[in-house]
Amino acid sequence: MNLKRYQEVIINPLIKENPITLQILGICSALAVTNNLSVTMVMCVAVTSVISFSNLFISLIRNYIPTSIRIIVQMTIIASLVIVVDELLKAYDYETSKKLSVFVGLIITNCIVMGRAEAFAMKEKPFVSFLDGLGNGIGYSIILIGVAFIRELFGSGTLFGYEILPLVSNGGWYMGNNLLLLPPSSFIIIGLFIWLIRSLQKEQVEEDDFVVSKHSTSPDLTKREINV
Amino acid sequence: MNESIIKTLAVAFSVCLVCSLIVSASAVSLRDLQKENKLNDKRLKVLQVAGIYDQNISISDQFNQLESKFIDFDSGMLMAEYNNFNIDEYDQVVVTKDPALSSEVPASEDIAIIKNRENVGKIYILRDDLDNIKKLILPIRGYGLWGTLYGYIAIESDFNTVSGIEFYDHKETPGLGAEVDNPRWKSSWKGKKIYNNDQVALEVIKGKVDTGDIESEYKIDGLSGATITSRGVTNMVSYWFSDSGYANLLKELNYES
Repeated sequence: MNLKRYQEVIINPLIKENPITLQILGICSALAVTNNLSVTMVMCVAVTSVISFSNLFISLIRNYIPTSIRIIVQMTIIASLVIVVDELLKAYDYETSKKLSVFVGLIITNCIVMGRAEAFAMKEKPFVSFLDGLGNGIGYSIILIGVAFIRELFGSGTLFGYEILPLVSNGGWYMGNNLLLLPPSSFIIIGLFIWLIRSLQKEQVEEDDFVVSKHSTSPDLTKREINV
Repeated sequence: MNESIIKTLAVAFSVCLVCSLIVSASAVSLRDLQKENKLNDKRLKVLQVAGIYDQNISISDQFNQLESKFIDFDSGMLMAEYNNFNIDEYDQVVVTKDPALSSEVPASEDIAIIKNRENVGKIYILRDDLDNIKKLILPIRGYGLWGTLYGYIAIESDFNTVSGIEFYDHKETPGLGAEVDNPRWKSSWKGKKIYNNDQVALEVIKGKVDTGDIESEYKIDGLSGATITSRGVTNMVSYWFSDSGYANLLKELNYES
């Protein structure tokens, strides 16, 4: 029984309830850090550990948090974790932390972290909350790595920095797609991912907010308009 | 029960206390490592631009081959000491924030848009076995498209031929302006000349350099799609090799040798 629940909280956020493609959260970093796979991987690890541990700690003290200040308590814990991650990166992976620059700090504002804390960790037990964070972090990572794979391969012709498609500027034959090097291209790629996932999993498709009315084909109306 | 004022304050206080302890502990315990990373990152670029980097030897050991010197921009004189500064820790970019140690560049001269220039800079000298200067490694910086590019340029002992260029910090667009880090492009700088009849002639042009061009030794291929960055690099070279930059030093050294 418990095991099934554990599996659920890890597996569901991967595709079925993916935070990026279903809930459209955490888009900012998905745009900004995905032009290079190795940098993206570090970002994914950073975000996943922040979500997991913030879920764990918040769940541990959930029964003591007064409702009136719960958001700020969550933010304090998340922000501290992010600072620790940032400091660790600067100490042990300086090159990557230089490339990620401000985006590590911006994990604080990643809606997925806050969303999981508020929606899950405030109600559930610590261990299952930790797993939920892990699942959501991995769900986020899958999309980011997918985007980064496409952007790095077709944008700079490399994967993890190793040359796959030799660029014209390096004496090869491949003309890199410059759009893919710029953040807006992630919008397009994420959009295509959402389209793909929703055509495979129809239950994700949302109901229309409104129905587009049909063109009027009434001959009377046309006549009247012409007469005016 | 959770909602009483006392409880609320107590929870807020203890959460803040625990979090601040964790944050400060991690900041303090990792500070030395971070400082070293930062220093090594710049030193690595200096070694690379000097063309002596060997990844099997620790960076700080290799760095000892280089001689660091202060340089007074106004007189062009090299100095071993300056105001009790430790030369290893002296950072010429940091001192530009101190009006006593830097001076504002007049707008008409400020082609590289650096705003303030340090009064005294720091350069590195690579000597050969006979103790003659083999290469000079000079820090340069200037504005590109999104921000200031910081780097080093190495010149040969004729004080005119470029031996290498490296940037250690910039904010240019990946794939376009950030191609200043492209090894192919950087290697095209080797052998180019800076001065033509005492005027800085070296420039990054638009498009490719025509090898038949008699002035091709003063020209560098433009970065395609990054006209503003290319222009920024040209301006940077023009500024730092002008009289307000290293020109006085180079004249002095030329005179000596």
